[in-house]
Amino acid sequence: MAAGAGWRMGAAERGGRGAETLFRGLLFCVLGCGFCWGNSIERKIYIPLNKTAPCVRLLNATHQIGCQSSMNGDTGVIHVVEKDQDLKWVLTDGPHPPYMVLLEGGLFTRELMLQLKGSSRVSGLAVAISKPIPAQGFSPGLKCPNDGFGVYSNDYGPQYAHCNWTMWNPLGNGLAYEDFNFPIFLLEDANETQVIKQCYQDHNLPQNGSVPEYPLCAMQLFAHMHAVTNTVTCMRRSSLQTAFSLNPEEVCDALSDYNVWSTLKPINTSSKIDLMDEVIIVATRIDSHSFFWNVAPGAESAVSSFVTHLAAAEALHKVPGVQTLPRNIMFTFFQGETFDYIGSSRMVYDMENDKFPVRLDNIHSFLELSQVALRNSSVLWVHTDPVSQRNESIQTQVKTLLEALINSSMSANVTLQEVRQSQPLPPSSFQRFLKARGIPGVVLADHRTSFQNRYYQSMYDTAENILMKYPEGLSPEETLDYVTDTAKSLAEVATVVARALYQLAGGTGNTSAIQADPRTVSRMLYGFLIKTNNSWFQSIIKQDLKGLLGDELPQHYIAVTTLVNTTQLVQYVLANLTGTVVNFTKEECLNPEKTPNPEKEMYVYTWVQGSRDANSTSRVPFCVQSTVRLTKAASPAFELKQWGSTEYSTWTESRWKDIRARIFLVASKELEIITLVVGIAILILSLLATYFINAKAHVLFSSPGDAGAVAY
Amino acid sequence: MTAAVFIGCSLIAFGPALALCVCTIAAEPLRLVFLIAGGFFWLVSLLLSSLVWFIAVQIGGSNSASVKRNLLIFGVVFSVLLQEVFRFAYYKLLKKANKGLTTISQEETIPISVRQLSYVSGLGFGIMSGIFSLVNILTDSLGPGTVGIYGDSPQYFVASAFMTLAIVLLHIFWGIVFFDACEKKKWWALALVILSHLLVSGLTFLNPQYEGSLVPSYIIMMLMGTWAFFTAGGSLRNLKLCLMCRDKDFLLANQRPR
Repeated sequence: MAAGAGWRMGAAERGGRGAETLFRGLLFCVLGCGFCWGNSIERKIYIPLNKTAPCVRLLNATHQIGCQSSMNGDTGVIHVVEKDQDLKWVLTDGPHPPYMVLLEGGLFTRELMLQLKGSSRVSGLAVAISKPIPAQGFSPGLKCPNDGFGVYSNDYGPQYAHCNWTMWNPLGNGLAYEDFNFPIFLLEDANETQVIKQCYQDHNLPQNGSVPEYPLCAMQLFAHMHAVTNTVTCMRRSSLQTAFSLNPEEVCDALSDYNVWSTLKPINTSSKIDLMDEVIIVATRIDSHSFFWNVAPGAESAVSSFVTHLAAAEALHKVPGVQTLPRNIMFTFFQGETFDYIGSSRMVYDMENDKFPVRLDNIHSFLELSQVALRNSSVLWVHTDPVSQRNESIQTQVKTLLEALINSSMSANVTLQEVRQSQPLPPSSFQRFLKARGIPGVVLADHRTSFQNRYYQSMYDTAENILMKYPEGLSPEETLDYVTDTAKSLAEVATVVARALYQLAGGTGNTSAIQADPRTVSRMLYGFLIKTNNSWFQSIIKQDLKGLLGDELPQHYIAVTTLVNTTQLVQYVLANLTGTVVNFTKEECLNPEKTPNPEKEMYVYTWVQGSRDANSTSRVPFCVQSTVRLTKAASPAFELKQWGSTEYSTWTESRWKDIRARIFLVASKELEIITLVVGIAILILSLLATYFINAKAHVLFSSPGDAGAVAY
Repeated sequence: MTAAVFIGCSLIAFGPALALCVCTIAAEPLRLVFLIAGGFFWLVSLLLSSLVWFIAVQIGGSNSASVKRNLLIFGVVFSVLLQEVFRFAYYKLLKKANKGLTTISQEETIPISVRQLSYVSGLGFGIMSGIFSLVNILTDSLGPGTVGIYGDSPQYFVASAFMTLAIVLLHIFWGIVFFDACEKKKWWALALVILSHLLVSGLTFLNPQYEGSLVPSYIIMMLMGTWAFFTAGGSLRNLKLCLMCRDKDFLLANQRPR
């Protein structure tokens, strides 16, 4: 063995730890402990790319979108495309197709992608994130988001259907809704991008006109998707599997999660609220999307609005006597709105089917915060629905809403302006409620017609997009509490919203005391946009949920797993901002039903780990009493098994086994053929030689004494 | 297309061994049994050296490169010695078995000679060690990538295959010389076999300077081959006879019905 093992160990010397692992791997093989993967030889051949995000396949009732590779990954020679001219090499000139294109973020446009899509010379694509964010704007979403699932249709304001009146997202190129038959990955780490470019420059760069020589640098992308065609097909296959197979292999899962909601005045969730009770609903969405899986920073499209919403909720809860207001206020955070209103359509469905404590009839009015961070000279636009306002009573109520809002904005640094009455609502959760019932409501947004947000549903919709700037050299703790201009302006919006809500709920007191805290807003922005693993978030979550917090950029994709980080964090932040600390022991807090507390039905109790003491390492946990609850945000289409529904969202995400990317060198065909020929030659030669020697063995190996006695 | 490299390297490393098996072993059940038994003995030696290695790494425990290298050298030396010990054990076992075989055999003569045994057992050792040293490399040669992204030589697979070929053949030669030395109690020859085995194994520490390890290994292989040829009863005279086809027996043997 030693000769052989020594050989391999020797060869592995450069691999550093390689030799030992190999030897141990060998040992395990011998001991039968299983077969060893990822050995040192593999480490000599491949550089795995760890910081990548794939584009995956999503399906709805009629289409499949996204990307996929073949079962064993797609391989191609790397070609870096930094300007349009570089593409010619990939599409026509290059002698080594198929190519794996490393695309500069700025070139990731619809035109170029369609060119690549039509070519058989492209085996995959890696997109380098562009820094700074592209100035011309980039939105892989649709020009008319959630088209067909809002309220406007042929029966309801036909002139407004399909964004006929206003194109909400004119920059939307719809790339995220295209189907690509090759894998596309996002390279999130500039260092890894540099490694690939270096490899390309060392091996693949055509030198003074001549064709680059082997070995060439290549990349392999694995992103094989199990589901095909559409949700109807994949759900049928999955249900067949679960019905008949002992070991079911489902192929797709519905996008679903939870909505977060709470009420200003506690309500008993085990029964319905009184028919006469009136509830004002405040709503925002808490999810976003981009071309790539789980890359959804959604700073402007989701975070800024739900942070404003949270700040308004806090401000209202701090008002004395708020519990005695005639009307209740319900704070709702809808999950999955990006995907044809999953959260709101489910809540409306639950309300209609009496599965929710609040009925549709209880809703007094509706106030939604759409994108609010990018206001032009602090103008906040109030959008209303022109169709429902044809009903006089609704029109009056909308007028009241508007008056309350305009009154509240008087003393604040926010100018409220009404969009002219003939314009329809922008894409909003409110549309799903309108679809069910004529409810008076408004949608607040920073845009009058099309979105201010030039990066709607893209990976560039980050803190940078909403102009959050921190001075240099701040410690994480200082950054958390640093009040940016964005935070100040969002706090102003929150103040206006809170004051308006107070008036709408019947409050008659002086509203000037109601004030949203810019510091809370900054902390939330930091937590939801930059780093969830900060001291504030740490102190307000349950101890066993520490895994929620991370140092990477927070993403707000709905996903198929239940309870994504965003939902849970919104839940805990809302509980912290609107709840009260009660003097319960851990046991009482975790099992409130065992305590003789008359209000236990009305509240939710959370045992949070508390903040770290300044002079000790332990935390001081405490019990929070709040009205924050979760409710399922899964499209009713799946509840009803109507997988081809045109009424409800039908988005599903395909399953996959292996998603990874790696780069390596590929040898020339000639070298491979030479190896094969040498091998065959050696075999034939040794066959001939052996036959010859064997036939003459008795002559060859006979000493004169014992002729032929011990022939082989 | 990297299947070509896989097949090519397999044939380079195991082509001669395959030819030997097909032409000389496959037809005779007894030789086949001893071949497999030889492979088994080599495996047991590997098992034991793995155990020792495992313990040594646990004790050595340090992560520094020099400690690791020393551990590796210790592992190689120990493993070589263990293999030779097992070759000796196999020789002893075969001698015993041979006696038994003679008693149950109907014919007067022993069914298999010690020389044949030495060759068969050497081949068994060689094939097994060859498989173990190359199989991991072969799986990775299937691709799609090839060695070299960290600047290593792209000839890694071919060089490994040629080294394995040398080791397979060397094991045959070592087997022949070793058994003969035991028979004739020529202890210096035994020592030379062990030394050359250590030397070849040590040469692999020169990798990745493949010329540095391959060329001396092949020279040693040639020398051992010549020695084994003479040990097995070959001589220049026989070789000459053979090459000039001046041997009537050969012609007769071919005419004789088999």
